[in-house]
Amino acid sequence: MSAVTASTTTTRTGLREGELRHRLYPIVMHAIMLTAVLLVTFPLIYAIILSTQSGALGSLRPGPALLDNVQRAWDSAKMGLLMRNTLIVALAVAIGKIILSLLGAFALIYFRVRFGGLIMALVMLTHLLPLPVRIVPTYELLTEFGWVDTFWGLTIPFFASATGLLLFQQFFRTVPTDLADAARVDGAGPFRFLVSILIPVSRTNIGALFLIEFVYMWNQYLWPLLVANSDSTRQVQIGIKQLVASDAVIEWGVVMAGSMMVIIPPLVVLLTLQRSLMTGLTGATEDL
Amino acid sequence: MNIVFPNRILPYLLLAPSILLVLIFFLYPAVQSVDLSLYLVNRVRDVKVYVGMENFQRLFESDAYLNSLQVTGLFTLTVVVSALVISLALAVGASQPIRGFGVYRTLLIWTYALSPAIAGVIWALLTDPAIGVLTEVLESFGIAFNWRRSNTDALLFVAMAATWKILGYDILFFLAGLKNIPRDVLEAAAIDGAGAWLRFRRMVLPLLRPTILFLVIMNTLYASFETFGLIDITTQGGPGRATDLLIYRLYLDGFRSSSRIGLASAQSIVLLLMVATLTIIQYRFISRRTFYQ
Repeated sequence: MSAVTASTTTTRTGLREGELRHRLYPIVMHAIMLTAVLLVTFPLIYAIILSTQSGALGSLRPGPALLDNVQRAWDSAKMGLLMRNTLIVALAVAIGKIILSLLGAFALIYFRVRFGGLIMALVMLTHLLPLPVRIVPTYELLTEFGWVDTFWGLTIPFFASATGLLLFQQFFRTVPTDLADAARVDGAGPFRFLVSILIPVSRTNIGALFLIEFVYMWNQYLWPLLVANSDSTRQVQIGIKQLVASDAVIEWGVVMAGSMMVIIPPLVVLLTLQRSLMTGLTGATEDL
Repeated sequence: MNIVFPNRILPYLLLAPSILLVLIFFLYPAVQSVDLSLYLVNRVRDVKVYVGMENFQRLFESDAYLNSLQVTGLFTLTVVVSALVISLALAVGASQPIRGFGVYRTLLIWTYALSPAIAGVIWALLTDPAIGVLTEVLESFGIAFNWRRSNTDALLFVAMAATWKILGYDILFFLAGLKNIPRDVLEAAAIDGAGAWLRFRRMVLPLLRPTILFLVIMNTLYASFETFGLIDITTQGGPGRATDLLIYRLYLDGFRSSSRIGLASAQSIVLLLMVATLTIIQYRFISRRTFYQ
């Protein structure tokens, strides 16, 4: 109440000041945010500039050597092949995790499962056991399976997903039960219901999970360092390490050209699917 | 409840792959870790001797390990605090209801796509003694920054690169958290005369509490585990042992030495206890929210 009276009794000059502040506010905020974005992005911009230079390095003017640097990164670390290898791993794990967690959540929500709580607790255990906690025995297991230096070794140990199972379980609970009832009355079996109703309404969550897992796998470092040592399985992050370590003096132009190449796929996935992730995070179910 | 389909065996078949994967690649190796931590193992000589708690005793008497504990603590604290403060400020700024601000939201989350290793390479470039632009800027202020020689600079360097990389992730979650705060509540407070700072302190911050706690835990896990690539590609734990994080020590003992498998497994168990503590805090305070890697 007092605030309202205060604003109505402001003097003429006071009102003008308020108006001025009101008009200036967006402009000042734009200036602040623009500076912030530039600061956060500057290291990347500098890296991009460097990837175009050779010889006289370090100036802020782009040079003419981008294609040459890309070519050299491509040749010396076989970046093309490594990008293919990493794409196989990232896609396989992202899709595999989505399928396994969709099936698991479907089973737990739409069927009568004895020991469902116990099974859930078992899967949730994966949160307690990140790779470093079991790294030596997991590597030894891989040796026993003969999976060192294979795509099996790079992907299968990552397939179980508590994140995905929880995500889809929570989402399925919000799907109206009449949808499933109607499907059953229509004589649709469980798989018909899953494929033609449940998966389509889950597409936002599927997109969010795909984004998270694709980026996570594309950026893997420790496991590929241990497991993938030949050209046919080596992953991009290790390729960058080879570019850095290949010469006594770091060839910054080549290293940056390689790094910029490696950033592109996860960046494209992020830009394409960020809306899904945002919707998934804010818990909205606006697709229904 | 949602239960609609009468099939009795089908649900178990659907769950079987997940259960098997957890048993084979999570539970079994974890139990093995506990087992190995009680043995003295030498891969080259093919020896395995039961030594009980001796590995743990050796661990906590070893200067290298105690150093790693200290370095990891300092590094994690620096990264978590600076990442949360910077990203909260940027997210609050970017979520202002001003025309054209949607662009900033996209332009601020992109480091999410970056790997710690590449973040390390980019910051190594910025701080290169010969051509680094940041080196030049610092020199003009009379600061000689060299992470290859100075221990403090090295820790600062990896902390800066690690913080920069995680900003995108944190901003993403803060933006989502801020979006869940009803606008009209804040507007009502503004009409009642509450200034921007008061609204932030008394309304926004308390409402963001679950997001903040979630991010503290995720950033702690990130700083202690996911930064391995950043360390390996730049400092490799050096100079001396200035950036020898626990995860890097584990790698050196477990895979770059043939006689320290038991010691490495003991380190795994210590990490397990740390993760368990964090997970319990997570469940205790923020119900059953999903982890996003």
